[in-house]
Amino acid sequence: MTTSAPALPAFAETGTFAARGLGCIRGERPIFGNLDLTLEPGGALVLTGPNGSGKSSLLRVLAGLLPPAQGTVSWNGEAVDRAPEAHRARMHYLGHHEALKPVLTAGENLAFWAGLRGHGRPAAERALQRLGLSRLAQVPGRMLSAGQRRRLALARLLAAPAPLWLLDEPSVGLDARAVETLVDEIARHRADGGQVIVATHQALDLPGAAHLAVDDYPPVLPDPEAIW
Amino acid sequence: MSPAPEPRRDPSAPLQAVEPRLLDGFLRVAARDLRLALRQQGDALLAVLFFVLTAMLFPFGLGAEPNLLARIAPGVVWVTALLAVLLSLERLFLADYEDGSLELLLLSPLPLPLLVLAKVLAHWLTTGLPLLAATPVIALMYGLPAEGYAVLLGAMALGTPTLSLLGAVGAALTLGARRGGVLIPLLVLPLYIPVLIFGVSAVDADLAGLSARPQLLLLGAGLLAALPLAPWAAAGALRQAAE
Repeated sequence: MTTSAPALPAFAETGTFAARGLGCIRGERPIFGNLDLTLEPGGALVLTGPNGSGKSSLLRVLAGLLPPAQGTVSWNGEAVDRAPEAHRARMHYLGHHEALKPVLTAGENLAFWAGLRGHGRPAAERALQRLGLSRLAQVPGRMLSAGQRRRLALARLLAAPAPLWLLDEPSVGLDARAVETLVDEIARHRADGGQVIVATHQALDLPGAAHLAVDDYPPVLPDPEAIW
Repeated sequence: MSPAPEPRRDPSAPLQAVEPRLLDGFLRVAARDLRLALRQQGDALLAVLFFVLTAMLFPFGLGAEPNLLARIAPGVVWVTALLAVLLSLERLFLADYEDGSLELLLLSPLPLPLLVLAKVLAHWLTTGLPLLAATPVIALMYGLPAEGYAVLLGAMALGTPTLSLLGAVGAALTLGARRGGVLIPLLVLPLYIPVLIFGVSAVDADLAGLSARPQLLLLGAGLLAALPLAPWAAAGALRQAAE
């Protein structure tokens, strides 16, 4: 590490994240089909669509929580399901739940998740600071407000850097200042060469972000001939 | 709003992904579950309290005849320990499932069976180990002959980890099901029967003057088989549950 301030350190591993012909079926119900997306390093993609159109399902498929019914998800052209552990290491998923334990303090909650990815307590403390949560580090999870819980969940993304962020309604419950912090952190993440996919109903200021309406990709019903 | 925020990065924080360390992750998950159990002592105490109280009921129902009690002691200890473990299984994954922690564990770069094994270890330390510690008390209450203690404790030490391991599979399979807590015993009890049989017959054999070695070896073999297979099966079930 040189002492003279170098250019911003970029992610060691950047790559193109892409999905081809993606389809999703949940509990017998087809959600979407033939969906394509490509995201270059530094790119941002905003998922739009009414409630229930499959934004969350798409994020879960991209994260690898839900196997796609058809199509592939790839990183630099290599299908992610061939190396799922590498995919998980380069990705953060922020779902609807904050995954906070009420009896652990905010700091302990964050340090655990950072630690699982090999980052120590200092990384967790820096992340708390960036989201303005330093004062709450010793406060048990059950005492945090909804917005503070959301900010703590976002701090998880900063405590253990990974290039691909999949965010499901990241701004729910956040006040105007916290939304600004979120937008800044996303911009910084993109400047570092990371990419982000956001499902949101609140307009976030993401310069140059592409938009994708999930309901533009209706599910392709399987050919009845093909089943038999 | 400025499109490009000024760099505020701490130069000592490189963005390289850190190679996940298996043992470190294993210990962190086990330590977290232990810490959670220690902060919510009620959950951990429940199993051992159930164990002691249920075992105390039998003399009231069967009569306090010393010969009878000494004879049924191993069976009572094993059956009540088994039920106490069953009682504690639901909390193994349910809280993590409900608060989203399970999704994050699934998405961690570490192999899931390893994390499951860590959770099972923490479960055994907070359930099986207290049961093991309470066993001499029950045995004393029932007047178990002194020479049976060592074999009873040895069999419990080999058998209770197997109960936690098999239970993890049941707990993982019933996640997300309505009334999952009721389903767990249905799935798990049949798998517990071999442990019960060999656990009780080890003590019976020893008290009858025979060697308890075959039974203890079989319990050990069961543990060795469950050690790699159960976390792997539970991990598969957890992935299903998270879909």
